[in-house]
Amino acid sequence: MSQYVLRRLLIAIPSLLGISLVLFVVLALAPGDPFGELATNPNVPPEVALALRAKFGLDDPIYLRYLHWLNAMLHGDWGFSFVSRMDVDTLILQRLPATLYVIGSAQILALLIAIPVGVYAATKPYSLFDQIANTLAFVGFSLPTFFTGILFILIFSVTLDWLPFVYTTDIKATGIRWVLEMIRQAIMPVAVLGLFQAASMTRFVRSAMLDVIRLDYVTTARAKGLGQAKVIIKHVMRNAMIPVVTLIALQMPAVFGGAIVTEQIFRIPGIGSLLISSILSNDTPVVMAVTFVFACLVVLFNLIADVLYGWLDPRISLR
Amino acid sequence: MLDKELRSMIGQVKDGRMDRRAFIQRMAAVGLTAPLANQILALGGVAMAQGASTYKPTKRGGGGALKLLWWQGPTLLNPHFATGTKDQDGARLFYEPLACWDPDGNMKLVLAAEIPSIQNGGLAADGKSVTWKLKPGVKWHDGTPFTADDVVFNWEYSKDPATSALTIATLREITVEKVDDLTVRILFNKPTPFWADAFVGAPNTIIPKHLFQDYKGSKSREAPTNLSPVGTGPYKFVEFKPGDLVRGVLNPDYHMPNRPYFDSVEMKGGGDAVSAARAVIQTGEYDFGWNIQVEDDVLLRLEKGGKGKTVYAVGGDTEFIALNFTDPNTEVDGERSSMKTKHPLFSDPAVRKALSLLIDRESVKKAIYGRAGRTTANFLNGPEKFVSKNTSWEFSIEKASKILDDAGWKPGADGIREKDGKKLKLLYQTAINGPRQKTQAIVKQACQKAGIDVELKSVVASVFFSSDVGNPDTYSKFYADMEMFQIPLSQPDPSQHMRRYLSTLVATKENKWQGTNFPRWVNKEYDATIQAADGEMDPVKRAALYIKANDLMYQDTVFIPVQHRLKVEAAANNLRPVVSGWANETDNLFDWYREE
Repeated sequence: MSQYVLRRLLIAIPSLLGISLVLFVVLALAPGDPFGELATNPNVPPEVALALRAKFGLDDPIYLRYLHWLNAMLHGDWGFSFVSRMDVDTLILQRLPATLYVIGSAQILALLIAIPVGVYAATKPYSLFDQIANTLAFVGFSLPTFFTGILFILIFSVTLDWLPFVYTTDIKATGIRWVLEMIRQAIMPVAVLGLFQAASMTRFVRSAMLDVIRLDYVTTARAKGLGQAKVIIKHVMRNAMIPVVTLIALQMPAVFGGAIVTEQIFRIPGIGSLLISSILSNDTPVVMAVTFVFACLVVLFNLIADVLYGWLDPRISLR
Repeated sequence: MLDKELRSMIGQVKDGRMDRRAFIQRMAAVGLTAPLANQILALGGVAMAQGASTYKPTKRGGGGALKLLWWQGPTLLNPHFATGTKDQDGARLFYEPLACWDPDGNMKLVLAAEIPSIQNGGLAADGKSVTWKLKPGVKWHDGTPFTADDVVFNWEYSKDPATSALTIATLREITVEKVDDLTVRILFNKPTPFWADAFVGAPNTIIPKHLFQDYKGSKSREAPTNLSPVGTGPYKFVEFKPGDLVRGVLNPDYHMPNRPYFDSVEMKGGGDAVSAARAVIQTGEYDFGWNIQVEDDVLLRLEKGGKGKTVYAVGGDTEFIALNFTDPNTEVDGERSSMKTKHPLFSDPAVRKALSLLIDRESVKKAIYGRAGRTTANFLNGPEKFVSKNTSWEFSIEKASKILDDAGWKPGADGIREKDGKKLKLLYQTAINGPRQKTQAIVKQACQKAGIDVELKSVVASVFFSSDVGNPDTYSKFYADMEMFQIPLSQPDPSQHMRRYLSTLVATKENKWQGTNFPRWVNKEYDATIQAADGEMDPVKRAALYIKANDLMYQDTVFIPVQHRLKVEAAANNLRPVVSGWANETDNLFDWYREE
């Protein structure tokens, strides 16, 4: 098992190098520059903007800039943001808690809905419960988050005036009130994101369960006189979870991406909104760092999925 | 006649025989506006009127929290590095300039004790120096006294190219010297009629010497106080998260009486303009929303029964269509829109005249800008004293068609006019932004009716406005026939704004398209007018020169002004914000309060 994990880890290194190279080249070739805003400012003569470009190395050839970036990265230096002139890692660390809190909660909410609903629907296919669950799931993943987000705002903030729609990181309260406020302001974004995730996951859990539930060994287990709950949980779910783990693991980075929209709507100061504003202001070091973090997440979650397979089905790690 | 009468009137005001108001009324009677009259008083030796304050609270604090919503949050808090107004706005919560501009474009004192004038010895009669007296007893937030050394240090800090400060542009042209602890003198290398640039307004606030002196030059990025400002302003710094949040609390030692009113201030960033308008106007979650660039009918809908309203400030921003005087489709020595070419269609003035008749400014105002726009024929729309009254605009497809007919542009088989084998086909580009695309559509339709074929192009704003030499789609390369955008007028004086179109500043391959004259219009009379205005100390003559410069552009149809744009903000119904078209939104924050 440990050899299996090590092998997977070693494969990850060249992948990350390749990804970083592609990202860097794409960003370097992308149009625009971080000092564009200066161009229409009548107080700033153009030579000042040109001097800044030169100072930040924007006029060097791409390969030099890449090697420079890679070297700094290997020394743990993520570079600094041209726009806010502070270190990129500080910037990302500042944004991480909000992202983890909202996305983590949304993912947990999605799992809490999808697994029981999916499993129960699969045990009673085509029942009334199954049909309602299916319909809701279809509605859920057909509605994009930017639509449900605005719908929620209009209903719960504007009409009912129950929840705030601007997420703030400095709640002026302490103790239990702080906790309650944190929960209150996260309800809408977590619900929007969580329900969207739950919808597609429910469908997936259900079909994975259905695939397994009809297999002979399940019938055998039942024939031996095992209780329904025991059969479903011990025999069916464990095997059905392999594709579900794949889905969830591979979806994690996509969730970070999907959260960009949600973060923008609710003004959550997360990684996603950092990425958007950095792209808009052509702040390449930040864009590079954030996209690279996303790439690392993809690789990491792949690895986690691989390890989980090995645990769910030991035959996989032997190959 | 007028001149003699003026001087005698100024004498009467000085002697106290005539009060200021009567003087201004008499000036108005001879057709001069109040701000102009004020400036004449200033140069005649009487202090420039301070903008009347509307501030009512009689004690410091007690106003609770002030919640501001900036849909682009500040990303840094060192005013010398501020690339955009959002950064200046954030830094301005803590740092202060010597003076700032009120809603009428009058000067308001902040760290200075008095407005320099010839009478008080602040202004040199030759226009080559200005002496500022500083307010005594002002302290930085850490208790250190604010002195002339701080002002001099800001100049030294910024003019060092290694610091890479953006304020270098303003400060490298001048010399700043300390006279005594509370007096600084700024020396100009030529007569400078607009002397209130350095250290005035939000872009030119002052940082403390004692905390930044070790971080001058190449170490500028390492200063810990870049992220946690220590200023002299009404609020003390508490917390900063770039792009997300800036927070401050009341400064109990603030140097202005009874100010500030609010106990704390919070500036939240992110999101978009529409939802910012909603959070202020409709739900009242926030007190103030910055730069609400939203279609007027949306705002009107939000305002119905809402908790807030829109607030407007008149400045000098003009949305215009620029015409290209060179040929964008012919390449000469590897350069399109080269100065060696002439625009094949626009070299006929009739085509330019006809085009200006085809821009339906009234419809653009009605359909798009609403209360935030004013129709205009002028490129220069403010301050009032510089605005030409000699121009007019009109929308008439018939007149445009007649001009083209008379000039020999006859409709071809496809309905598009042509002459000497050249068809009237134009490429019209602008940056991507809702109102701009809608304006394009309105213009295209009118042109079509007059037999001009207009192809529309829209470029992502970050590319259009970039200084990237490698990109063909920047506004300064201008590889199109017409292009539309605006260049903000950031101070209540047109000198820098109008100097951009000197014929020596044409954008070419040679200067990497960094020249500011992008229409590539060359007019000797304009050059001479601007140069004369640059050194003219008499405010009446100077204003006349800028009006003449504007009229020259008008006669040549270099720019077709589409709309004089106002600043739009959203504010809670009970908030009394002071916003100026000539200043940043947070510039007059010390005068904001809430009506109970």
